[in-house]
Amino acid sequence: MRHLLSTRDLDREEAIGILDVAEDMAEVQNREVRKLPTLRGRTVVNLFFEDSTRTRISFEAAAKRLSADVINFSAKGSSVSKGESLKDTAQTLASIGADAVVVRHPASGAPQVLAQSDWIEAGIINAGDGTHEHPTQGLLDAFTIRRRLHGRTARGKALDGVSVSIVGDILHSRVARSNVWLLTSLGANVRLVAPATLLPVGVTGWPVTIGYDLDDAIAERPDVVMMLRIQAERMSGGFFPNAREYSRRWGLDDARFNALPPTSIVMHPGPMNRGLEISSRAADSDRSTVLEQVTNGVSVRMAVLYLVLSTGKGPA
Amino acid sequence: MTTAILIKGAALPSGTRTDILVRGRLIAELGSNLSEAGATLIDADGLTALPGLVDLHTHLREPGFEQSETVLTGSRAAAIGGFTVVHAMANTLPVADTAGVVEQVQSLGNAAGYVTVRPIGAVSVGLQGSQLAEIGAMAHSRARVRVFSDDGKCVSDALLMRRALEYVTTFDGVVAQHAQEPRLTEGAQMNEGAVSGELGLAGWPAVAEEAIIARDVLLAQHVGARIHICHLSTAGSVEVVRWAKARGIQVTAEVTPHHLLLTEDLVRSYDARYKVNPPLRREEDVQALRAGLADGTIDIVATDHAPHPPESKDCEWEAASMGMVGLESALSVVQASVVDNGMLDWRDVARVLSSGPARIGRLDGYAEGITVGAPAEFTLYDPTARRVFGREQLRGKGANSPYLEFELPGRVLTTVHHGYATVLDGELVDAESIAKNAAVPHG
Repeated sequence: MRHLLSTRDLDREEAIGILDVAEDMAEVQNREVRKLPTLRGRTVVNLFFEDSTRTRISFEAAAKRLSADVINFSAKGSSVSKGESLKDTAQTLASIGADAVVVRHPASGAPQVLAQSDWIEAGIINAGDGTHEHPTQGLLDAFTIRRRLHGRTARGKALDGVSVSIVGDILHSRVARSNVWLLTSLGANVRLVAPATLLPVGVTGWPVTIGYDLDDAIAERPDVVMMLRIQAERMSGGFFPNAREYSRRWGLDDARFNALPPTSIVMHPGPMNRGLEISSRAADSDRSTVLEQVTNGVSVRMAVLYLVLSTGKGPA
Repeated sequence: MTTAILIKGAALPSGTRTDILVRGRLIAELGSNLSEAGATLIDADGLTALPGLVDLHTHLREPGFEQSETVLTGSRAAAIGGFTVVHAMANTLPVADTAGVVEQVQSLGNAAGYVTVRPIGAVSVGLQGSQLAEIGAMAHSRARVRVFSDDGKCVSDALLMRRALEYVTTFDGVVAQHAQEPRLTEGAQMNEGAVSGELGLAGWPAVAEEAIIARDVLLAQHVGARIHICHLSTAGSVEVVRWAKARGIQVTAEVTPHHLLLTEDLVRSYDARYKVNPPLRREEDVQALRAGLADGTIDIVATDHAPHPPESKDCEWEAASMGMVGLESALSVVQASVVDNGMLDWRDVARVLSSGPARIGRLDGYAEGITVGAPAEFTLYDPTARRVFGREQLRGKGANSPYLEFELPGRVLTTVHHGYATVLDGELVDAESIAKNAAVPHG
């Protein structure tokens, strides 16, 4: 894998392949010594144009457990007017000798622009670009679902027939997009639940079903309910009247949580707004995978770094 | 006096084969077997002679943004594209909202000498959309401005638009509206639809254009003014203009070459060369625009030539500037999108790229095309040529062409302006000779 830019580019076999490598990485996490020498001498740069401590430390942990050298580069202020351009930053990293660059950027498509450019030869891993994609989040969510369903026999399996409801701000969510493409490639049935203002105009062409009502979605007994974070700026953006109304209609409160089948799992990419899109009871229950998602995130990112760096330029 | 030019064996837009004799600044004779002692002889066998192309929508960037383009470099881009007139948009720095600025731009154009540069005046002071600019002063200046536009920004205030339409009527002028409802397009990055939803780019809904056009044609009808709509980009806009024309409203409309050829699918590359205002739309829109141009609903093609320095495009999509250069490629793109498929013939091309824009801009000398006694303004075009369009075909400062590496038909081989050649054998005549020719007094 030369780069990882989106889950839309991954077909079913490729996706299963990544998840299986992540299973190998997860096994290492259970050993006494959790470090592999695989990427010794390789340099991974975490290039973050936007703050995200959670994603950065996850990639950092993943790279370090593979013995790579890690450089964290926080470059806030991305446009030409604010400071150094993407091009100059990329050329600087190329000159330093980065083998892989993990990019978080507020502009959709920025990792793809880097990958297509002749500014830098390194493998590019998208760690979240604008409202476009967050492919490692999609992969770790798929990995988490697969492990919950299949446990130790997960290897080689897809998610055929698994029903997943994704609830919340689909319009602005890169997590939702990466999950829609990946989970449907793996055979899952995805339902999006949101007010019409938070669904993209073109969503009817996506391989999903659409609903406005969370209670209806819960009544269909989904295997997975994935709650998305509501960003503070959406509340002032006129997408819905106020947080209380949003919470009443689209929040996973205790009553809705109780109405879910006992086998359903509850997911959230974090950070959570407790009491807004998810109640504490739902978040802290044993059906919640919130912390597993964080753990699995390291395994999945180890797999992605390994796959990108073992096919990228330079000594493998 | 400039030397006489004798063109041998050109095909007029009607298909008629003729020689063209140019003496002074005029077309002196048409017919076969013409001869003239001492004339520069140009063999036009197999070439189509089109009246000089008139662009109603050009960004020359000077004064203020000379790193992007100057009047001279933009004029050279125009000449190599077969143009003899460009209308320079007002969004310069300072803004062309006073007689002084428009006269300066016009005199820079005259000194460069490749094309006639007709300045467009701003509708509002500083393009701010709150107070009318000195429209009368610009209309009565040496630049004789007839087209007024805040292009780049929409005149969104309905009352200001009403006043502008009424006031401009006083000077036989026209308001050219950039139709973009500002609130519906805050932060907009590309056409709103299936592709924007997938790419996670903020959507630019068609209705933001159509709603303003609908409002403005009704305003124009109410006050009895004429109105021109810049760069129509949606099927719905074509419908609104068609409806307005059927009601007898004095509306004219333009489409850019890129909206006739390119679709939003190109944005999937996040290559900022495809970022433009209005945005590239769907295939259905492209088809509707072509049909609208063919049936006369859309009156003209205008380039919206918008040069930018490399750093404005060599970056992530959201940080990139909007706009494409288009003067050098316009005729080829029109041929590729509406001529080669039979929707327009060369007479139509002469109408939509020469007499039509001249009429809207109240420009004399272009109504009859290539006729005896008309000003010697024309271009010789080889429609059978095919070429991979590359950086080397561009003559302005901007390299932000969306057609690089596209194969395009046609090639301009000669352009004649004011009776002298600005392009010969497919290459620009040098700037010094042109400036010398331009400085020769005439009368």
